[in-house]
Amino acid sequence: MSDWDVIVIGGGHAGCEAAASSARVGARTLLLTHRLDTIGEMSCNPAIGGLGKGHLVREIDALDGLMGRLADRAGIQFRLLNRSKGAAVRGPRAQIDRGLYREAIQSELATTPNLTVLAAAVEDLIVEHGRVAGVVDAGGAEYRAAAVILTTGTFLKGVIHRGDERIAAGRHGDQPAIGLSDRLYGLGFAMGRLKTGTPARLEADSIDWRAVERQEADETPVPFSFLTREITTPQVACGVTYTTEETHRIIAERLDESAVYGGRATGRGPRYCPSIEDKVVRFADKTSHQIFLEPEGLPGTAAGELVYPNGISTSVSAETQDAFLRTIPGLERTRVRRYGYAIEYDYVDPRELTPHLESKRLPGLYLAGQINGTTGYEEAAAQGLVAGLNAARAVSGQDGAAFARDEAYIGVLIDDLVTRGVSEPYRMFTSRAEFRLTLRADNADQRLTERGLKLGLIGSDRAEVFHVKQSHLRAARVQATELKMTPAEAASLGFRVNPDGKARTLTQLLAYPEITFGQLAEVWPELNRWPPEVREQVEIDAAYAGYLDRQMADVEAFRRDERLRLPEGLDYRSIGGLSSECREKLSAIRPLTLGQAGRIEGVTPGALTALLAHVRRAAA
Amino acid sequence: MNNTIFALATAAGRAAVAVVRISGPEAGSALATLLGSLPKSRMAALRRLRHPVSRETLDQALVLWMPGPGSFTGEDVVELQLHGGRAVAAAVTEALAELGLRSAEPGEFTRRAFEHGRLDLTEAEAIADLVDAESEAQRRQALSQLDGGLARLSDSWRADLITALASLEAAIDFPDEEVPDAVAERAAAPIRRVLESVSVAANDLRGEKVREGYRVALIGAPNAGKSSLLNRLVRREAAIVTEVAGTTRDVIEQPIDLAGYRVLLADTAGVRETTERIEAEGVRRAKAWAESADLRLWVVDGSASEGAWREALDLVRQGDLLVLSKSDLEPGADTAEAEDAADAEELVPVLASATTNEGTAELRSALERRVVRDLAGAGPITATRLRHRRLLNEAAVHLERALGVGAIDPELMADDVRLAARSLEALVGKVDSEAVLGEVFASFCIGK
Repeated sequence: MSDWDVIVIGGGHAGCEAAASSARVGARTLLLTHRLDTIGEMSCNPAIGGLGKGHLVREIDALDGLMGRLADRAGIQFRLLNRSKGAAVRGPRAQIDRGLYREAIQSELATTPNLTVLAAAVEDLIVEHGRVAGVVDAGGAEYRAAAVILTTGTFLKGVIHRGDERIAAGRHGDQPAIGLSDRLYGLGFAMGRLKTGTPARLEADSIDWRAVERQEADETPVPFSFLTREITTPQVACGVTYTTEETHRIIAERLDESAVYGGRATGRGPRYCPSIEDKVVRFADKTSHQIFLEPEGLPGTAAGELVYPNGISTSVSAETQDAFLRTIPGLERTRVRRYGYAIEYDYVDPRELTPHLESKRLPGLYLAGQINGTTGYEEAAAQGLVAGLNAARAVSGQDGAAFARDEAYIGVLIDDLVTRGVSEPYRMFTSRAEFRLTLRADNADQRLTERGLKLGLIGSDRAEVFHVKQSHLRAARVQATELKMTPAEAASLGFRVNPDGKARTLTQLLAYPEITFGQLAEVWPELNRWPPEVREQVEIDAAYAGYLDRQMADVEAFRRDERLRLPEGLDYRSIGGLSSECREKLSAIRPLTLGQAGRIEGVTPGALTALLAHVRRAAA
Repeated sequence: MNNTIFALATAAGRAAVAVVRISGPEAGSALATLLGSLPKSRMAALRRLRHPVSRETLDQALVLWMPGPGSFTGEDVVELQLHGGRAVAAAVTEALAELGLRSAEPGEFTRRAFEHGRLDLTEAEAIADLVDAESEAQRRQALSQLDGGLARLSDSWRADLITALASLEAAIDFPDEEVPDAVAERAAAPIRRVLESVSVAANDLRGEKVREGYRVALIGAPNAGKSSLLNRLVRREAAIVTEVAGTTRDVIEQPIDLAGYRVLLADTAGVRETTERIEAEGVRRAKAWAESADLRLWVVDGSASEGAWREALDLVRQGDLLVLSKSDLEPGADTAEAEDAADAEELVPVLASATTNEGTAELRSALERRVVRDLAGAGPITATRLRHRRLLNEAAVHLERALGVGAIDPELMADDVRLAARSLEALVGKVDSEAVLGEVFASFCIGK
């Protein structure tokens, strides 16, 4: 018997969440990382959440994961994005104190039952009988387990580019993982190369804060976690400044210093997060680009000494970075603690994975995070949670648990990855979710916590909070359809309602843009007893009425195809009427359901009908 | 929901025989209830059908009991060959519904046959192809659609809707970034463009007329010579011709091929005030058919002088054809009067004699010109069946709603644009597989 059930390699956001969820469902879990002090490090920008990403954090939280709760402790500037727009597209976001977050994660993991954290640089996998059986570290020590989760981020053959410099590294100051990368190639995994970048880190006291605009935190911070009652960490402002024509001139002149434009980096970078070089080239007519000056921590702390200038990631030489930074208002005298760079790294084509994030090529091996071609802490953490859960379930002989596209952004994320693969670092957007009006940040608990309870992911504290809220909510929703008012009564209160003699329910009344909850609470004082989060749900129900019903019908149609499971060992060569391209793709991805098959690029409706016909006939 | 379904398998309406088909696990018990006992399987039996509650006789029918899996759908199947009449079929289907059976969805029998592996999709599609293309124009239309006429148009709609969605999503997903203010408002123009084009296509009935037949009604006063004319045009004695006014009581539909188009010619009862009940019903039907026809041939007895021509004048519309019949006889006073009236309606008069066949060729070519003008002109045909127009209309509804919501709620606007895009994609088949299958099966006649 092995010492461990599940071994997680990597202490980033995917690794931490994977280790935590594996341990939470009862697996004896070992987290191996080359350095204990960088566990939970935020290697890129000091922020969590946003559109789509904030949704993911809420979902992780609804499944009792770490990220939401800890971000609430470490958040120093909370902002609800799209506050003026509808509930479905509001995204919670916060600037994070890098130090506070790292501390929070490390102390959380240290006290997590079933979890052991050790420092070791893992160099190889142990493969026995076609399955993964453990890992070997640089010193040759073996760690055996039935399941291994790789969350090595950008460390696979990582190369940092800055001007002429070319440094093999996983992250600034860290060694890359060469051995693991070679092993994955050796096993025949389809791999690719991606690129991302980061800006210089500036010393906070070298910035002329009076010369820049300020962006304040929300007056009432909206936390990530359903458990957080109040944000107690002090809040700070960010600065906003802009590049100038002079900045652009310098960059344009020295463009060949950049890793991409100089032809030294070949990996694909994300379109939605271009370097300042990209911006200057692609949007040559713009004379200025916005920069957010994001404090990396609270004033007076080590992290707070630095500022992350969001919007100017770059891979030009240190000298050129100094030159162009000084052309930016507020940064004329700035000191750079660490210069920006581009990093290229290997990723595994996520189509190698099942929706449980297990590799099809090497059973027992799970992959999560940036290694799968994604970007972002939230995307990584979400995958980590799913990989940890499934590795633990597999070890104890349970079926895999996947989340569906109609259930969670986590489901959208993983389905996109394993079905369609990636061509650039994958980031979540709300537009990727076809059931966006239903998959909201505000209802993540209602969507997922029940499921989490069944999966054994939810601790007792959260279970109790959840049940209390649910019972309030149920009662409120009943009340919302029982409390009624005739048009005459409405008119006497000054509400403009069509005088058709039909009584309107509370929900129907709330759907009128000019009728507020507060006004109705004056009529029905019992509404004042509703907890704010319950009231919010009823208001959203009303605002989206009609649309949500329609979406439910849509979801039903979607589920019909998802329920149609394809047999595991289906031989696609035996199906007539499939083109060779379709056959190849289906054989490689091996979709679990007809619905998933339909989302594979290049699989035509005709191929689907042939597939369906074959499966039905075989089942008959 | 009950899983046993029933449907009238023959065309609705009066016929010699009406076939009701039942399929599903309760088909046998339903039959036993109606008959009192089950007949021998796979043997035709003449039995009395009784109402399950009142035990009143519904009909005497030829009954077939075909237990699955060796049946058309693969399930237990019952076929009731009833006397063809609306009332009989209605009574029997009502009785089945009372037994808790469910009326089949369009194409559900075919679908079940497919699901049980009794019929594969290619076979199903072959049936559809077989049913298609009777005339040259139908064949050409099918070919042009195969060539991607509709697909190309739908691609251009798709491009516009993606542009619109991009503006909306930019406003939603990138609130903190450098997207222009009010970017969501840019979505309206492409949406409006698509809505316009989709509405034109949704209202273009030509494609369906090519597939289903261009409808021409022969109308006029009794004894104007409509039936003789019809017989001349279809080149056989399709309609009974006598000298008795009011011989034609019902609508007699005859398909002919004109310039490669399928045309449905209908001889109708002569229009006049009457208290005779059967004739009155005939006149009512004549009027209804004429109303919905694509073109009316207004037949006036050119030899008459009693002013009977006025009877059908109300039915005539601008652009119809006036036929002055019996041109072999001396022209009567009605000729000039009808010609004057026709002039006012801009009708083109044609002289014709069913006796000498004079003018038939001229009338035929006048008809051809009209059919060609109405079906071939003004831009390429896009929608060719109700399914297309239904999807186009669906898309139009979503686009209108999106424009109504406006950029103030970009996520709601986007939701409708997305649904519109999906309706349009469904035209060319890019949708979830069950929906494609559903469409395929729905395009077959119910119960076939």
